[in-house]
Amino acid sequence: MKRLRRTMLFMPGNNPGMLQSAGILGADSIILDLEDAVSLTEKDSARILVREAIKNLDYSNVELVVRVNPITTEFALKDIDVIARVKPDALMIPKATEEELKTIDEMLINIEKEEGFDAGSIKLIPIVETAYGLQNVYNIIKSCDRIVAVLLGGEDLTSDLGIKRTKEGEEIFYARNQVAIACRTMKVDSIDTPFTDTNDFEGLEKDTRKAKSLGFTGKAAISPKHIDTIHSVFAPSFDEIKHAERVLTAMEEAEKEGKGVFSLDGKMIDAPIINRAKNTVELAKLLSLT
Amino acid sequence: MEINKPSKAGTMESNDIYVMLMPNPKGGIEINLQSIVMKQFGEEIEKVILDTFKELQVENVIVNAQDKGALNYTIKARIETATKRAAE
Repeated sequence: MKRLRRTMLFMPGNNPGMLQSAGILGADSIILDLEDAVSLTEKDSARILVREAIKNLDYSNVELVVRVNPITTEFALKDIDVIARVKPDALMIPKATEEELKTIDEMLINIEKEEGFDAGSIKLIPIVETAYGLQNVYNIIKSCDRIVAVLLGGEDLTSDLGIKRTKEGEEIFYARNQVAIACRTMKVDSIDTPFTDTNDFEGLEKDTRKAKSLGFTGKAAISPKHIDTIHSVFAPSFDEIKHAERVLTAMEEAEKEGKGVFSLDGKMIDAPIINRAKNTVELAKLLSLT
Repeated sequence: MEINKPSKAGTMESNDIYVMLMPNPKGGIEINLQSIVMKQFGEEIEKVILDTFKELQVENVIVNAQDKGALNYTIKARIETATKRAAE
């Protein structure tokens, strides 16, 4: 069954209380963070704590992702070696490049062999958050078979571009398009940058709708308070589900009658509309909305 | 592992444990534990600390620990971190 990634919730990797509650907050995926949420002097401590949390806590109802440190830092290789051995669902790679992902893929091939894991079972989610990464997003996705999604990192990207990050997000319009289209082309999930104002729910909804309208399949969150709003935006509405079901019923009837093209409510129904209807119904079933 | 120098790990936040390790010139493992759940779980916490030292082959150490309701995995992680820092 397809895995939902409507929300990916960041949790600081050196905070035991948050690691304990991470799995029950309602997010589809949780990202135990060894990078930005951990100070330079506590990288060793967070790595060991996250390893023990994965070994001992129950995260079976969420997708478990660990964000390691950038491969250009002294921490990354240790992070990958220690964390991959307790088999998270995926590793999130900051400021990823095609070359780095190939190196990480080779590391994981060896670790999976040594630990007796299925080959390719640990997935990778690169973060596109540099101008270089943005321009190479297709190659990043193609770098290895482990890539299941891409996260757009708006804060670091705008910092790299030397431009101001705003709540409205016009400055990342091009980047959002580039990532969403590349991901759709390569059939992986596209995850939008988190909305950083934890108390502005109206702004969050607007921002999430914008991302969805550009083709994103999910959104990262830095607060559990954001989960419900994001889920409500990514869920199909009652009217959308009903319409999709009618399209599929009409399609079945047309097929019985040997018609290639048919109409519903006076509008011609063709392959793109049928595909959209199938996706809507599939998503509604996953969300138990039908 | 040898405890070569003083080290610490963890925080005083709830669900965590703050541990300080020191070399023990007298030899052996000495545990000084304070916990908000001392009556209920004091023995269990000491057991986790001792088991972790055994796993890491630490035989001589003084531990001062202030527990704020840490689960076993946190106690183990903080002891391991402090031990590795002390062994550097």
